[in-house]
Amino acid sequence: MRTLSGWERLRAWFLLPAWIWMAVLFAAPFAIVVCYSLLTRGAYGGLGLPWTLENYQRLIDPLYLVIVLKSFLMAAETTVICLLLGFPLALFISRAGSRKNIYLQLVILPFWTSFLVRIYAWLFLLRDTGLINTALQHLRLIHDPLPLLYNDGAVLLGLVYGYLPFMVLPVYATLERLDPALVEAAADLGAKPWPTLWHVILPLSAPGIRAGSILVFIPALGAYLTPDLLGGGRTVLIGNLVQNQFTTARDWPFGAAISVGLMALVGLLVLLMLRREREGLV
Amino acid sequence: MEPILELRALVKHFPNQRAVDGISLTIPRGGFYSLLGPSGCGKTTTLRLIAGFEQPTSGDVLLDGVVVNEQRPYQRNVSTVFQNYALFPHLTAAENIAFGLKRKNQPDIARRVREALELVRLTGKESRYPAQLSGGERQRVALARSLVLQPDVLLLDEPLAALDPKLRKQMRLELKEMQRRVGITFLLVTHDQEEALSMSDQLAVMNAGAIEQVGTPQDVYLRPSTRFVAGFLGAVNWIDGVGLRPEVTRISRTLPTNGARFRPATVTGSVFLGNCVHVLARLESGEDAVAEIPRSNGTYHSGEAIHVCWNPSDEMIFP
Amino acid sequence: MKRGLGLYAVAVYAFLHVPVVILALFSFNASRFTVWQGFSLGWYRAIFQNRQLMESTWNSVIIAVVATILSTIAGTLCAYGLWKRGSALLSGSLYLSLVTPEIVMGISLLALFQWSFRWLQWRLGLHTVILAHVAFSIAYVVIVIAARLRTFSPSLEEAALDLGATEWQAFRYVTLPALLPGIIAAALLALTVSFDDYVITSMVAGVDSETLPMVIYAMARRGASPVINAISALIVVVFGTLVLISERVQKS
Repeated sequence: MRTLSGWERLRAWFLLPAWIWMAVLFAAPFAIVVCYSLLTRGAYGGLGLPWTLENYQRLIDPLYLVIVLKSFLMAAETTVICLLLGFPLALFISRAGSRKNIYLQLVILPFWTSFLVRIYAWLFLLRDTGLINTALQHLRLIHDPLPLLYNDGAVLLGLVYGYLPFMVLPVYATLERLDPALVEAAADLGAKPWPTLWHVILPLSAPGIRAGSILVFIPALGAYLTPDLLGGGRTVLIGNLVQNQFTTARDWPFGAAISVGLMALVGLLVLLMLRREREGLV
Repeated sequence: MEPILELRALVKHFPNQRAVDGISLTIPRGGFYSLLGPSGCGKTTTLRLIAGFEQPTSGDVLLDGVVVNEQRPYQRNVSTVFQNYALFPHLTAAENIAFGLKRKNQPDIARRVREALELVRLTGKESRYPAQLSGGERQRVALARSLVLQPDVLLLDEPLAALDPKLRKQMRLELKEMQRRVGITFLLVTHDQEEALSMSDQLAVMNAGAIEQVGTPQDVYLRPSTRFVAGFLGAVNWIDGVGLRPEVTRISRTLPTNGARFRPATVTGSVFLGNCVHVLARLESGEDAVAEIPRSNGTYHSGEAIHVCWNPSDEMIFP
Repeated sequence: MKRGLGLYAVAVYAFLHVPVVILALFSFNASRFTVWQGFSLGWYRAIFQNRQLMESTWNSVIIAVVATILSTIAGTLCAYGLWKRGSALLSGSLYLSLVTPEIVMGISLLALFQWSFRWLQWRLGLHTVILAHVAFSIAYVVIVIAARLRTFSPSLEEAALDLGATEWQAFRYVTLPALLPGIIAAALLALTVSFDDYVITSMVAGVDSETLPMVIYAMARRGASPVINAISALIVVVFGTLVLISERVQKS
């Protein structure tokens, strides 16, 4: 019987902090939330018995289903737009030769800059007294300010703006690994640029597109800050609903149930994507 | 005196492969030994078992008479020169060489590093980083790094594979000379039979996890014990189940009269190799043969009827 | 196609960067309206005179530094351990923590802390924020270090063992120095992610542990103020510099 190799011992110690993180700061919080979702709202907004499935039943109420559907729709729209906008950009960077790094940096830079600041920039531009309206009024193109803010369109704009880099980077990574010989072979066989793109490049970048879509769809689904600031409370998505339950409405069990539902969805999507990857498509 | 290294019925099985399938080998002190074989024959795995990077499935590794199966690499007095040299990129040549000495808290590090650099003729390059050294220089740092610890056995994993052909030939002589000078036992692993033949005092030919033959270079080349060994060590003509090296196979337009054996054949081609000529012939019995003849023997043309002849004493016969 | 693609790229880059550039430009506007009325540094001066801003920034710095130190250490060790032999459970959890919506993470951690109040004598404050930040930034560190390890040759550690180093010594004297640029980059990333966080922080912060994003959010909610422009410009410059440093370090 072999004794535990030196590497195994080192590894066990090294992974200890991460295991503690997993147990205390990841698994335990979720477990508690699941418990909360099965309890009842207390008299003063706390928690109380009895154990019940009522919170989950409330999720099916049309009032809330509408919100879920709307969030889904917005997340899907965001993902599609990010794909349409991001793919050509990723293509451009992958063909940029020696300047690739600079162009990549320009995409990564927004990601590092404060998210709050970036959303506020749109507030600054779209408000009734914002730059766009002021400029248009100055040029006498409009008389009254346009309601650019506090609507679904503004939220969609903000979501796309915020998550575009998350689509560009994985797609770029896949395009980068694409064998240039394949494109040359297509040209050699008589394909022009557009058909090559459609029949050769696009299918081969599918893994990157999938990865990018997950990285955009899931955060967009659970977005809170963007609809809150750019939607002004009029656009209520799942994220806002949850936050509401934990603050104003003080209905923790219901908020917990929504969160569990959201996480179940996220978990399902992640599993689906991982299964796809394991099928050797990467 | 005990052998410095002994392998007893050594077996290493991986989940999908029987890499080493029962090897026994005895290596005496001081000398140059090789493990020769094609890729996948288990020679590198054997080296790793000796060094301690793998644990045997069964069997024993003995260093200086002591079973070391349970010992970690840093407890064994052997040192490995890796195929890619594995020089620490963040340390200079001198610091690389000093690494082992520092870990074992040995005294007099500066002097020993200096001597090691002199041994491999790299004096003056001690402050260079691996990235600033050529391939050959990196190999010498790797050698110095291992030799400075004065191991019982120096293990070399295809050390010349990464060098260009000209450098390779030069390094063969240098390595052989170095071994003679330091007196430490060298065990080299390679797939290049020319390398093994030119450098070794003794070599073991491996195939599919087992040893097929152990002997001196002359032994394995002239008197191979299996067909595999014969074929791996050099080219072989198989005529009537008997093996013949091309350099002892001759071509004649007339019947030989000196007791040589012969077979009628037709010339199928002739290849000029610079220092000799290879004549390709097909025997009447259907077998193909290659005869290596000196340039001076004239030219043979395709379609010519000739005789392939050889001395019976040059035959390699297998059961 | 190439020229079309180039023009398109310019447009997208403009979309990504122009809003913030405009924001920064108007931080120098003398007037508080969106009509340019002269150059002024007044709003920047206002930042330093605002007590709440200064205190919250200090809080953000402390939280970011402590959380970064903890998550960088834990994350580096974790990435190395997983590199030796993977663990589907741990890898899966890390990936999940990355894609979990912030609001869900926020309420989960809040629930944890509330529940812990029963057993431990503490309340929401800087410490809970720090723990929360460690919770979500570990995954980022692991990703950066794991990527770095993929280009690290295992034969270097074997050589170290061969020369007499124990497993720990091999890590300490051979692997760790090689990982250093990656560790610095990971730490800078964790620092940025921590400093910028609003959603999770707002849920687990106590009354006296306001962070800069929380103050900015409150100000933005109340209505626009050029002070936010100025803060934004400063944040962009500072973070931008950190990115550049990180890139330089990674290249070595």
